[in-house]
Formats: sequence, structure tokens, C-alpha cells
Amino acid sequence: MKIAVCVKQIPEGNSRIDPGTKRLDRGGEGALNAFDANAVEEALRLKDSTGEGEVVLLSLGPAKAQDALRKALAMGADRAVLISDDAAAGSDLVATSYTLAKALEREGADVVLFGQQAGDSDGAVLWAAVADRLRLPVVSQAAAITHADGKLTVKRQTEFGYDVIEAPLPAVVAVSDAINEPRYPSLKGIMGAKSKPQETVTLADLGVEADRAGEQGSRTEVYALNDPPARGDSMKIDDDGNAAQAIFDFLAEKRLV
Amino acid sequence: MSTLVFLEHHGDELLKGSLGVLAKAATLGEGDVAGVVIGSGVRPLADAAATFGAAKVYVADDEQLEAPLPQPRVDVIAQLVRDKGIDTVLFGNSVLAADIAAALAARLDAGINWDLVDLVQQDGKLVGKRPALQDSVYVDVGWTTEPRIALFRSGSFDPNEQGGSAEVEDVQVVLEDFSTAARMVDQAHEESEGPSIEDAPVIVAGGRGLGGPENFTLVEELAKALGGAVGATRAVVDAGWYPYATQVGQTGKTVAPKLYIACGISGAIQHKVGMQSSGVIVAINKDTNAPIFEFSDLGVVGDVHEVVPKLTELVKQRKSS
Repeated sequence: MKIAVCVKQIPEGNSRIDPGTKRLDRGGEGALNAFDANAVEEALRLKDSTGEGEVVLLSLGPAKAQDALRKALAMGADRAVLISDDAAAGSDLVATSYTLAKALEREGADVVLFGQQAGDSDGAVLWAAVADRLRLPVVSQAAAITHADGKLTVKRQTEFGYDVIEAPLPAVVAVSDAINEPRYPSLKGIMGAKSKPQETVTLADLGVEADRAGEQGSRTEVYALNDPPARGDSMKIDDDGNAAQAIFDFLAEKRLV
Repeated sequence: MSTLVFLEHHGDELLKGSLGVLAKAATLGEGDVAGVVIGSGVRPLADAAATFGAAKVYVADDEQLEAPLPQPRVDVIAQLVRDKGIDTVLFGNSVLAADIAAALAARLDAGINWDLVDLVQQDGKLVGKRPALQDSVYVDVGWTTEPRIALFRSGSFDPNEQGGSAEVEDVQVVLEDFSTAARMVDQAHEESEGPSIEDAPVIVAGGRGLGGPENFTLVEELAKALGGAVGATRAVVDAGWYPYATQVGQTGKTVAPKLYIACGISGAIQHKVGMQSSGVIVAINKDTNAPIFEFSDLGVVGDVHEVVPKLTELVKQRKSS
């Protein structure tokens, strides 16, 4: 089984938005998006369960995103493809999903996995857009995946409890962080990652037209950055034995007890 | 402006989140606000939608739409947008709505902005308000083309029940092959034990930091003393410590009580999005670096096993004095 995992490099530590470009500052050290590690882990598990196949990492980002890809290769993925092109900078969901779909068409994987990100992160809803472009079935919030007879059975959690959904291959699945505990790369894995194939491709290599990528290919824009509305004073105290009293006084002051 | 609101339902009720978005849409000024209800046997929901501010309700009623899966709904909404000249499509966030909204953006090559907490007319343009970077900055976002798609953070708006009736129009359902490839084999059915936590004025919630299921009694006693309900994180529900019906988070319930007390909860994003709209948030956690402290009004670095019983006692004393 061929499994493609879409991963993203995110800035390590505290992020900031560049006030000039109004984009996320992607300078500095990069890390593998934590949710994507769950997707890589699940891909490796699926490959193991079928006994054969390949796990391909796919990412869109600056050249140094190779570092994050190397971390995922160290976990055990077989090879990585980085789409890196200055013309792709500033791509919104419409543009990003188009570029990723082009790259995925080229790979022709049986299963495409994404790490499920929550509401306040970048690219939180990308998988459904990519699946629509590929005209493939999609299941999100996967908490367990099994594979048999050319189809996936996915248990997933929604606001109302657990659903079970079946999807024929090829299919796109976004996994939640409840699905597994990602492995730590072994020393052997880290050393081995250096010799695994890491390909860098441009938009032209994928046949992505210039007006479908970057700002030109995007349909949204950022007007301004503002301070958040005041949340009131936030306090943090250490319990010295009197914390319960402090909470009680705080609640009394707010007329909540 | 021609606005369409996706009206999500569960069982025979429209979701509060969708109705809140409908109320917001009605305040955006000129132009009619329409809603769309999609499912099987959902026609009665159109009348309910009318009382919450929809001037027009499109109904896609078809057996193939029974299961709450996103892709057939994308087909229905995309068709509506094209046929009816709709320029703005609004969604209240949910697992289902997020998948529909994103796929619709791809289908129509339309701009999508998500996690919005508000939408306003500003200098003749529609501007979305999007908190970013742990809500430390609010970004004004917009669309360069039509149609525009927006997905709102849960709990951003309250429904506005005002009575009235709507024009109801049935929609023909034509589905793509790939849209019906995924099949729901078992659909979530909510176990309804006890009162729902969604309307509780006070919620005391427990996480893994409690150490074990037996320690949920600490949380239960504090909740009882405060006249509130008990909530839980996905981690402890997954571990079988507490029932799913009490789970607060992205999956699970979205709540906005006047007071939320988080006991032994780290504050992962999954949990945060379900409770961040609460009035006052108090967190007790022994890890000083727990993310929950970043969005708490009062954070206590301490042991829940020490602090919670003492607090329960204080609340009880106050009640009896």
C-alpha cells in the first residue's frame, strides 16, 4: 500500500506575524507540526499491517522545511517530497489545496493522511479541500483506522459520539491526536534518515499555473492586525496552602458564589 | 448581498451554533438571508429555521443525505450557490461543517476564512475577525472574490428567536459519484444520561491530572456545591474514566458557562476550543507550564487533590451560613 502523508513545518517556539507582510514569520528553527506526527505514525502502522508498501511525505514550504521532513523520515517514512517555490508564498487554502492536489496526483497514493489540527491553527481544514480536488472520499477526526478488502474502516469522534465510516481506496483521512502515540525516532532512524530520498520540486514541475499559487492564486486577504479585546486581568498564583481561599475570594468578588 | 447559512441538525433539532450564525447574518444589512437544511425527513426543520430569522429556507430532503457526511452536502450547496447567485456562505463550526466549508471552497475556487469570531461591514467591505496565535492578535481578514465562505468559531453568536415564516423551496439533489463513496456504518447516538452540560451556568471539569477515575468525586462534589455540572476532557473519556456525554472540546460539547473550573486539565487545543467562550475560567494544575494558564482568569499552580476539597468546603460553608 502506498501512503502519502501531508506534513507541515511550523515555527518552533513562539510564533509571530510579520507586520510588513502580515504573514506568519517562518524564519527561525522549524519543527514538525505535532499533529502531523500522529499521521506519520498511523501511516507507518498501516504499512506494517499490510506488510508492504511505501510511506511518502509531502510538504509545501520553504527550503528549510527539509529539516521537519527529516524528522518524519527518522520516524520511518521512506522518502519525502518538498514543494518549494517562492511563487507559492502567501498561498491561502484555495491555492494550497490546488498545489497539494497536483503533487498528490503525481504520487497516486492509495491513502492520503493529514494530521487533524484544531480550530486556531493554520490549514485546519485543508484535507477536505484536497479530497474534493482529487475527487476522493474523505473522513476526518479519525480515532482508529483499519484496512481490509480494499477499504478503510474509520472510527471517528464527533460532537455526538463515535461514528464508524467505511471508505473505498483511494481515500483521504485526517487523523486526530487520539489515534496513537507517535514513536520517537531511534538513533538508527535518525542516522538512516540522512540517506533517504528527499526531493524538492517547483510549481512548474507539478504543472501548477502561476495564477493558481501564492497571492495570485488566493481568494482571501489580510487587512490589519489588531490587539485582542481585553480579557481582564489574568492572575496566576502558586498554592501555598491558601489557594482554595484565594479562589473562593475571587469567585465571591465576581459574585459567582 | 445574498447570504446562505448552512443549518446543521442533529436528530430533529437545528444546532444552536447554526442558529447563532443565522442571527448574525440577519444583522449584516441589505439582502435576504437564506438557510439550507440538508438531510432525510428534514422538511419540518424549515419552519423552525423561519422562526430564527431565515427569510427563505432551501430544503434538500433525500434518503442519500441521511448520514451526516460532508461530501454530498458540498454537492447540494455548490449547486445552490451557482443556481441562486449566492455570494456569501456562512457556517458555524463543527466537525461536519468544517469539512463541508473547506471542500466547498475547493469546488467553487472560493476564498474561505475560518475560526472567525465576528463578521462586519467595514468601508463597504465584509471583514472577518480572526483571533490568531493563541488569541494574542486579532486579524482582520477579507475575500478578494465572490462567493465568500466563512466558518465561525463555536459559541460566537446567540440564536435570536423572533417568530415569522419563511418561503420554503425544495432543492433537487444531484450527487457526484465520489461524494457517496464513503458510507456511514454506525452513526453516533448520544447517550442521554442526566441533564446536558451545554446549558449549565457552572461547569467543573476534570482531566488526566486527577490521577484516576475515583478522583472524579472531587470534581462532582465541587460541582454540586456550586450548583453546576461536571465536564471531562477527551483524554479521560478515552480512558473510560467518565462518560462521553460530559466531554468538552472540539469533539464533544462546546460550552460557555458563566464559570468554568478546570481541574487537572492541561488545556490542549482540542479542549480549549470547547470552553474558551466561558465567562470566567479558573484552572488548577500542578504543571506551571500548562497551556490552560494562558487563557485562565485565575490560575492556581497546585495539587487538585489538595485545593479542590478545600474549595468545596468553603463553598458549602458559605451556603450554610
